[in-house]
Amino acid sequence: MFSRAYKLAVSLPPLAWVVLFLLTPYLLLLVYSFWSVTPSQQIVHTWGLQNYLELLHVPVYFQVLLRSMRIATSVTLLSLLLGFPLAYYVSFHAGKKKDLLYQLVIIPLWVSYLVRAYAWKTILGSEGVLNTLLQYLHITSHPQGYLLYSPLAVVLTLTHIYTPFAFLPIYAALEHIPRKLIEASHDLGATPAQTFWRVIVPLSIPGVVAGATFSFVLSLGDFLAPLLVGGPSGVMISNIVVSLFGAAYNWPLGAAISACMMVLVLTLLFATERLEKKWSFT
Amino acid sequence: MSREALGEERAGWLAVHAALVFAFLYLPIVVLIVYSFNGGGVGGFPPRSLTLDWYRQLAKDTPLWDSVLNSLLVALAAMAISIGLGLPAALALDRVSFPGKALFRRLVLLPLILPGIITGLSLLMLVVLIGLKLSLITIILGHGTALISVATTEIFAGLQKADRAQEEASLDLGANYWQTFLRVTLPNLKLSIIGAALLIFTLSMDEIAVSFFLIGRDNTLPLEIWSRLRRGMTPEINAISTVIFLFSLTMIVLWYRLRVRSGEDVADIVAAVTKEAA
Repeated sequence: MFSRAYKLAVSLPPLAWVVLFLLTPYLLLLVYSFWSVTPSQQIVHTWGLQNYLELLHVPVYFQVLLRSMRIATSVTLLSLLLGFPLAYYVSFHAGKKKDLLYQLVIIPLWVSYLVRAYAWKTILGSEGVLNTLLQYLHITSHPQGYLLYSPLAVVLTLTHIYTPFAFLPIYAALEHIPRKLIEASHDLGATPAQTFWRVIVPLSIPGVVAGATFSFVLSLGDFLAPLLVGGPSGVMISNIVVSLFGAAYNWPLGAAISACMMVLVLTLLFATERLEKKWSFT
Repeated sequence: MSREALGEERAGWLAVHAALVFAFLYLPIVVLIVYSFNGGGVGGFPPRSLTLDWYRQLAKDTPLWDSVLNSLLVALAAMAISIGLGLPAALALDRVSFPGKALFRRLVLLPLILPGIITGLSLLMLVVLIGLKLSLITIILGHGTALISVATTEIFAGLQKADRAQEEASLDLGANYWQTFLRVTLPNLKLSIIGAALLIFTLSMDEIAVSFFLIGRDNTLPLEIWSRLRRGMTPEINAISTVIFLFSLTMIVLWYRLRVRSGEDVADIVAAVTKEAA
C-alpha cells in the first residue's frame, strides 16, 4: 500500500544519518586502534597490531580490566540480589500499592546520574554524613577512611544506579507469567517453594539475563563513579582510556582498549541473546 | 504450618526486603536535599543551622544558569533531531524492507547499551576527522544521534498498536501520502511521540559521558557541576541537585500519566535494547 517514494522518504534519511554519525564513528574507532603515535605525539596512519600487543605485554592494563570486571560483577550480583526480590514482591504481593511501588522504583532512574553519585560522595567522605553519624553515635572514634575512595565505594554507587535497571526487565518478565500457571501448580499439589523454584524462577530467567547484562555492561564501562568516589585503588578501565585521550595523548592505544571493550560487550550481548532464546517459554 | 501461613511469612520478609531496597534507593537523595539547607556544609551529622543561603547563592550564580540555558538548548535540539529521524526510522522498520534492516535496528540501539565513553570517543574521532570545532553543536550532534534509539523504540511500539486500516482508508478515499501522514498517522502516534520527547529531553539534560568528550568552551549543566565538583564540594551543589531532582520528578509524573494512557513502558525500552542490540 505504500509507494516507492514513500518508502524511500522514510528509510533514506535515518539510514544515511545512522551510517554517517554512528556506523562511521564506531568503525573509525577500530581504524584508530591499528594506527600509532610517534614520540613527538604525531598520529601515524600506518597499520599494525602494536597497540594490541602493548595491551598484552604491559600487565597494568590487564590488571585494571580484571578489576573493572570484578567491580562490574559485584554490581551485577548486588543489583540482582536487590532487584529480584523487590520485583517479585511488587509483582505478586504488593496488592493495591503495586502501581505506586513501581513508580517509586522508576523515579531514581530519572534522577540525574551525577546527582546520585555526588550524593554518595557526601555520604561516604571522611567529613561525610556517615562518618560523622558514626562518631556522633560513638560507634567509631575517628573517620573511617576506607569508606570513600575505594573499590567498595564504586560498587556501592554503581549498585545504587543500576538496581532499577536490573529491576525493570525482571519485573516485566514476572508480570508476563500467566497467573493461571501458578494456580495450576498449586492445584497440582506443589508447595509455594516448589512453585517458586520450578515455575516462577525459570520463567523469569530472560528478565534476569537482560537485567544482569545491562548492569554489567554499563558498570564495566563507567568512568565517572571511579573519578568521583573511586580514588587510585578504584581506577577502572575507562579511566585509563580517558587519560590516554587526554594528558597521555595516545589516541590509538586508547582506541585499542575501547575496541576491546566494544568486542567484549557485543560478544556478551550475542551470548545473552542466545541464552534468552534458549530459555524463553515460547 | 499451613501453606497460607508459610506464604504470609514469606511475604512479610519480602516486604522488609523491599523497604530496605527503597531506603537504599532514596536515602542518598534525602540526604542530598536535607544538606542543601545545612549552614554547616555538605557533611557533618547532625545537620545544623538551617538556612536558605545556598539557594540564594544559587539564584545569583550566573555561570551556572548559563549552563542551564545551554543544556536546555542542547536538549531541545537533540529532541528535534532524534524525533525527526526516529519517526521515519520507526515507519521504515514497520513498513519497508531494505537490505541491512536487522543491522540498522541493532546499530540504532547501540548507544544505549554500549558504555557512553565508546560512543563519545567514536564521535570525537569523527568530529576531528571532518574538522568540526568542539562546541554545543557537537554535543547536540552526539545527543541527537545517541537518542534516536529512544524515539525509534517508543514510536515503533506505538505503530504496532495503531490501526493500519485507518491509513488504508484515508489513502483509498483519495488523500495523498502527505495528507494521510499529517491527518491519520501523526495523530495516532501523538502519545508515543510526546512520551519519547519527554524521555529524550530528560536523558539529554542529564547526559554526561558522551558530552564529556564533545564539549567545547560552553558547559552543559552536568559538566558545569562536574567541573565544580573537582574544585570542591559546597551545599550549593546540593541546592542545584535538589532543583534537578524536583525537575526530574515533574517530568516523570508527566511521562507516567502518558504511559498509563498509551500503555508503553521504560521496561519495554530496556527489554528492546537488550534483545535487539545483540
